[in-house]
Amino acid sequence: MWAMGAVDHRAGTFTEFEAFVAGAAGRLLHVAVLLTGEPETDPPTARRLLAGALARTYAHWRRLRADDPYEFTRRQLCAAYARTAWRHPAGTGLLARLSPQERLVLVLRVYEGVAEEVTAAQLGLPPERVQALRGGALAKLRAAAADGDNAA
Amino acid sequence: MSGFPDPKEAQVRQLLEGPHPPVPTGLAAAAAARGSRLLRRYRALRRFGWAVLFAAAAAFAVWAALTRPWVTPPSGVSPPLEGW
Repeated sequence: MWAMGAVDHRAGTFTEFEAFVAGAAGRLLHVAVLLTGEPETDPPTARRLLAGALARTYAHWRRLRADDPYEFTRRQLCAAYARTAWRHPAGTGLLARLSPQERLVLVLRVYEGVAEEVTAAQLGLPPERVQALRGGALAKLRAAAADGDNAA
Repeated sequence: MSGFPDPKEAQVRQLLEGPHPPVPTGLAAAAAARGSRLLRRYRALRRFGWAVLFAAAAAFAVWAALTRPWVTPPSGVSPPLEGW
């Protein structure tokens, strides 16, 4: 009886988790690729970061009830990137000229639309710093886009 | 706070949208396998922590029962003899 219950529960968890991954993995992987600056066709670091974040999400799935698993995974992903960014090359993507902090702020604030206070708390920075990083990142990115347009 | 739609920000957001990378197949299954390994490790760590706590409590109880640190040791000095 006990074993059956445990198996059933695990199967249910996995079904839920699988549905979540099917819905959210594309966007989360895009977030990871934006952070690592790898080419979209073959992003090994982004895939590794996402796999680690999803594994933690699965491990916490039953305690996550009230929380949004997407937010949890994104937080794990950003934390893992922040921990390991110094080891990785800057990449060649859209955000290649931005520092890791600028990338994190840009992706969270602009792409994901997370509130300034929430971003600040998540990154462990004062809100003023987040605002400044966002401004700098936007300016750099628009300058890079203008350069690209001129070159093309 | 920043309730106004910022045209610059909209432009950048469009830039960031870009093509999405293909999701590797079997991602959920691999993550679940790794996640259950993590879960097992968390559980083992928690069990180990509780075991250490109980062992410490038991050791303290045995030590306290044997040494009785709350009992004052018998004094070797007698009170002064007065009024006889």
